[in-house]
Amino acid sequence: MSLILVITAVVTLLAAVAAMSLRNLVHSALTLAVSFSGVAAIYLQLNAEFAGFTEILVYVGAIAILIVMAILLTRSGETPEKSVLTSGWLAGIAVTALVFTILGWAVLSSSALPAAPAVPPHVTVKDIGMQLMTQYVLPLEIIGLVLTVAMIGAVVIACKEEAPARILPVVAKTTEPQPAPGNPAAPIPAAAGAFKKAGAA
Amino acid sequence: MLGEQIIKGMVVTARNFFGSYVSKDRLTTIQYPEERLPQLHSTRQFPMLVYDGDPEKGLRCVACTICEKECPPQCIFIVKSKDKKPDYKGQPQLYPAVFDIDISVCMSCSICVEVCPFESIKMNTAFELSTDNRFEGLLLHKQDLAKSNEYYHQMHPEDAGESDAVLTAEKAKAEAKAKAAAEAKTKAPSTATATAAAPVAAATPVPAPATAAAPAPAAPQPTATN
Amino acid sequence: MFGQLDQIFVTLLHWLVGFLPVAWRSLASSLLCIGFVISVFPGLFALVTVIERKGLGRIQNRYGPNRVGPFGFLQFAADGIKSLIKEDIVPRAADHVVHFLAPVVLLIPVLLAYAVLPFGQNMTIADYDAGLLFFFAVGGAVELSIFMAGWSSRNKYSLLGAMRAIAQMLSYEIPLILSAVSVVMIVGSLNLSDIVSHQNHYTFGIAHWYVFTPWGLAGFLIFFIASLAESNRCPFDLPEAESEIIAGYFTEYSGFKFALFFLGEYLGMFAICGLGITLFLGGWTSPVSWLSWIPSYVWFLTKLLAIVFVFIWIRGTLPRLRMDQLMNLAWKFLLPLALVNIVVAGLWHFLGAGALRWLVCAVILAAAYVALGRALMQHQKLGKRIYRFAY
Repeated sequence: MSLILVITAVVTLLAAVAAMSLRNLVHSALTLAVSFSGVAAIYLQLNAEFAGFTEILVYVGAIAILIVMAILLTRSGETPEKSVLTSGWLAGIAVTALVFTILGWAVLSSSALPAAPAVPPHVTVKDIGMQLMTQYVLPLEIIGLVLTVAMIGAVVIACKEEAPARILPVVAKTTEPQPAPGNPAAPIPAAAGAFKKAGAA
Repeated sequence: MLGEQIIKGMVVTARNFFGSYVSKDRLTTIQYPEERLPQLHSTRQFPMLVYDGDPEKGLRCVACTICEKECPPQCIFIVKSKDKKPDYKGQPQLYPAVFDIDISVCMSCSICVEVCPFESIKMNTAFELSTDNRFEGLLLHKQDLAKSNEYYHQMHPEDAGESDAVLTAEKAKAEAKAKAAAEAKTKAPSTATATAAAPVAAATPVPAPATAAAPAPAAPQPTATN
Repeated sequence: MFGQLDQIFVTLLHWLVGFLPVAWRSLASSLLCIGFVISVFPGLFALVTVIERKGLGRIQNRYGPNRVGPFGFLQFAADGIKSLIKEDIVPRAADHVVHFLAPVVLLIPVLLAYAVLPFGQNMTIADYDAGLLFFFAVGGAVELSIFMAGWSSRNKYSLLGAMRAIAQMLSYEIPLILSAVSVVMIVGSLNLSDIVSHQNHYTFGIAHWYVFTPWGLAGFLIFFIASLAESNRCPFDLPEAESEIIAGYFTEYSGFKFALFFLGEYLGMFAICGLGITLFLGGWTSPVSWLSWIPSYVWFLTKLLAIVFVFIWIRGTLPRLRMDQLMNLAWKFLLPLALVNIVVAGLWHFLGAGALRWLVCAVILAAAYVALGRALMQHQKLGKRIYRFAY
């Protein structure tokens, strides 16, 4: 547990807490990006170069941007007036602690984790690639399929809809009968009657 | 094909870039104030008063105030002198004691130049007149406005030549008149009285307009009868 | 002798670091490398701003700045002093913390990107196994700073400029990365020094630069166009164009922060040019074998300056692209072409050495280019214009 690892972990946790509790949405998105880069720094401390760089590339470079673009396009940045902490926060902390202990105990006492070797192996990108292509090719293909489905879904959602129902051009339909040339008084009685009725009413 | 016009455009700009080091017409900047463009021959900025020889005694202006009256924004202010001095023809004329032009008002229309009968006010081409006093610095007095005839020749060679020609013609005409008057005076009989000589002498400036006036009334009459 | 000259910086570093005890050596070495990057590349930035202004001036039939210093080459000092002594105005409604941090967040990833570029032989500061991935990762972090700059100013124009800039940079990152992927496929490694050393072979005196292959040429062109867009250079500078949107996302920045943005942008441009040189133009290798006595860092610098000159040339030539034209170019032209390029690079590898692969790859790429070009331009009615006057 080197000093740098401790500092990185503290920074990550503080940033995550800030991301949850800050009122300004943009600030919380940015502190979330800080916590992502903190996680990437932890990966780099553990000599997992590929994981660390991919974390920055995907999370900071794409997901944080996605979040801020969503904020940009939907809100105008008003800060909420009420606090973001709900009234049941004490119960929330209790549940979180319980879940964390259970998970931690399960992971630490499981037999799937091999004992840490004395010298961590130097994993090259080539090794990761070989593993992805041989042992883990099925998860890779499924992930590819999921991503394709997501992209197609995004395109379908963002695609231009059909043109909205056009307002039909108003065709002037003459409802009253055309007056005969020698009978100018024919259409008038209806109107005159209406006026008379209005006058009487 | 996509990108073809981009390549053509880049060839044009490359030619411009390399050409700007070799040929002058691909680099048209004149680096003022180290370099200056030569001025066109009809350039005009603000008026000046031309003098021949001496700025005081050779000033052509006779304070007739025609330019002051004709100036549209009325930027000329003239105060005539009390005494007279001889002009280029030798005749005593008034001269301006004060001749001020406010160049913050002057619009360089050169109407004053057009109406001056004495070829004395002309348009100058000096434009670097900036000053730090916007009232006093932009009011030019007689001593600022007086420029020599040689300077006028430098600024507007053709106009100065024409103006000089007009003046020499006038001078020659005046001299010819004086000579004719002197000859007439000597040719007149010695019995002629001084009083006869006086009207003759007085009549000598007049005979030119008189002889001009005599045919002038004579001329309309035949046309009137037509 | 030239070998020693080539390695002079490496030997200098080892000599300086040798004075210190062993525990301090790695830290001292890192600090010296950082000092090298921070002194050389901002100096290059200063030089390039002057060269750009003078170059643009000559293209436009005028002198550039020629008053400060010999032929105007100290103009950057005048500009730097001016931006330092200018008043730093922050709008009252602006988000002060984010407004302050935005130029910093721009500079940090850009400077980090220099850590993986091989400037010369054995002259990579951090020779990561996944160096290329690192470069693209920190390149993606730049967009966050643009958002911060645009959002914190609380200005419609800044926000609009930031949105456009982010959309543009995101769209062009994909062809950028895909064109780099074709190189990675052929080399088989993400390590940038490995990529350069694969190009360090000579046939008939010409180096095996990837730009001399069909897929490499197409890849280089795609990378070039995408890097123009990534650095917000003309013709892709709509987000920051003065005549369009005042200054886009850095409208509200004045004085030193503006200078920092400017610096960050140009340093990003150099970093991406450096990557393009490493991937396609052979990094620090010389193009012909009889010129390889010139030191490797001189070659790198020469190529970098050459590409920067072409950037300036393009800036002086092309008009600005509109936002939709920009996005069309990225998604409908560069992305399919980059995908075809990947397939062609695979074909190149599997067809084996010989003239056949040259022919096949060149034909496929030319056909793709022409087809995509036509598809991109089909809805435009470009022809003689017909004018109607209201007589």
